[in-house]
Amino acid sequence: MVLMQNVRKVYESSNTVALDNVSLTIEDGEFVFLVGPSGSGKTTLMKLITGEVRPTSGKVIVNDFDMSTIKRRKLPKMRRTLGVVFQDYRLIENMNVYDNVAFAMRVVGAPNREIKERVPYILELVGLGGREKRMPGELSGGEQQRVGIARALVNSPRMIVADEPTGNLDPVRSLELMLLLEKINEMGTTVVVVTHEKELVNAFSKRVITIDCGEKTGDSNEGGYYGI
Amino acid sequence: MRLGYLIREGFRSITTHGFMSFATVTIIVACLIIMGSVSLLSLNIDALIKDLEDQNEVVVFVDETVADEAAARDLQPYIESVANVSSAQFVSRDEAMDSFMSKYDASLMEGIDSDVFRHRYIVHLSDIAYMSQTKLELEAIPGVAKVNAHLDYAQSFVTIRNVVTVVSLVLIVMLVFVSFFIMSNTIKLATFGRREEIAIMKMVGATNGFIRLPFVVEGLVLGMMGGGLAFLAEWGLYNVVTGRVVGTITGTFINVIPFRNVALEVFAVYMAVGVLVGAFGGVNAIKNYLKV
Ligand SMILES: Nc1ncnc2c1ncn2[C@@H]1O[C@H](COP(=O)(O)OP(=O)(O)O)[C@@H](O)[C@H]1O
Ligand SMILES: [Mg+2]
Repeated sequence: MVLMQNVRKVYESSNTVALDNVSLTIEDGEFVFLVGPSGSGKTTLMKLITGEVRPTSGKVIVNDFDMSTIKRRKLPKMRRTLGVVFQDYRLIENMNVYDNVAFAMRVVGAPNREIKERVPYILELVGLGGREKRMPGELSGGEQQRVGIARALVNSPRMIVADEPTGNLDPVRSLELMLLLEKINEMGTTVVVVTHEKELVNAFSKRVITIDCGEKTGDSNEGGYYGI
Repeated sequence: MRLGYLIREGFRSITTHGFMSFATVTIIVACLIIMGSVSLLSLNIDALIKDLEDQNEVVVFVDETVADEAAARDLQPYIESVANVSSAQFVSRDEAMDSFMSKYDASLMEGIDSDVFRHRYIVHLSDIAYMSQTKLELEAIPGVAKVNAHLDYAQSFVTIRNVVTVVSLVLIVMLVFVSFFIMSNTIKLATFGRREEIAIMKMVGATNGFIRLPFVVEGLVLGMMGGGLAFLAEWGLYNVVTGRVVGTITGTFINVIPFRNVALEVFAVYMAVGVLVGAFGGVNAIKNYLKV
């Protein structure tokens, strides 16, 4: 769940207004595309959700946490309700597929027994059954991003946020990956995906939030890029 | 699992950056030995001064004109009233001769009258730093012929002690800072090598304490290795050096503190410094990564 009200974000260092007067609500269980041209503030909006940046003014609430006032030591608890997927996968190069996913459970103190049960199940779910022992360098881009999704999913988050997850993939792999995210959404997890790939968005009929120059310019439940 | 994970991570990092780990331990050992050696030197000088204070009696001789023992005893309150005098014990010329005879060959004294000895007071001082001042005041008392005091070395040892104390304090502060800096930078290498892992840990909601721990463990292991090795090295070094000192100036008043008397303290201090430098070095190394 995300609730933003009159959010403004100014980067002091570059004197940029990245977001201005943005209000939006994302309910639990929704699948949302966040679209807009490069530099429009999409990543900034995602970082407000993950707590990497704080709003200059306005309110941001994510999964019952008030992100504008959250104490730093509360952030870990908040982040355990989120799964984050990155454009560049961010896998640990010297760990195999299994360990990359198990790592996310280990570092939040999950018991070994639970890890042994959960990791193979999630790898199967994202279509990587049998690839446990592969190293990231031995996988295609699409497979690496599946590992990224498995890692985001393994701690059973309430919401997955993905910033241009298909940015480095060809159209067919991109579509497959989006279908995987749709499947995850159908299993009950809220999904927010940033992209600027028009065809991809138009292939699904999902809610599309458009931002341009830091302002929200569209919010359509009909689906389609820019409400087309 | 968690504890195993932490300890494994701490050690993994040490072997990955083998050379820097080695350099860090070496520098900590060097710093600790310098710190320990100046401290032990200072301790020894202190003990020496204490010895001097205990055994170095100032002998106040009573003038021959005060031949009568009762008259000589009357000087007692005057001597005791001098500032810095902690005690004054009267020794008559007969007692002085007896003690002389017991110390040396009694046959030397045959036919010698106790008149050759003076009545005297054995005086102890509260603080030998003011010995020269006190000597002057004692000599000013009418009826006192002369005052025997080992002024020179008392004075110079006090000066040396003061210098050594100041120098060692300055050195200790500097070297602790150097050790901390080196330690922190070595562990920073480890955090840099693992910055992606750290970023992912942050994103999946690992606590700062958890992320920090392997680096603190690394610091602790390096620090304790440094402390332990420095202790062994100090032990050997101390015995060699003090062996030389005692060997060359035997028969003098120099009395060295045996290492076993201070071993526990040296070990505890070295370990404590190692542990503190390691822990704070680890915490400091990672702090920039924990801000996000
Ligand atoms: N850390 C930062 N410091 C300063 N300016 C930034 C920072 N991050 C982004 N910006 C600026 O904010 C604006 C929005 O950036 P961003 O949110 O990354 O857009 P998008 O993801 O839509 O491309 C851009 O003008 C960018 O230069
Ligand atoms: Mg972006």
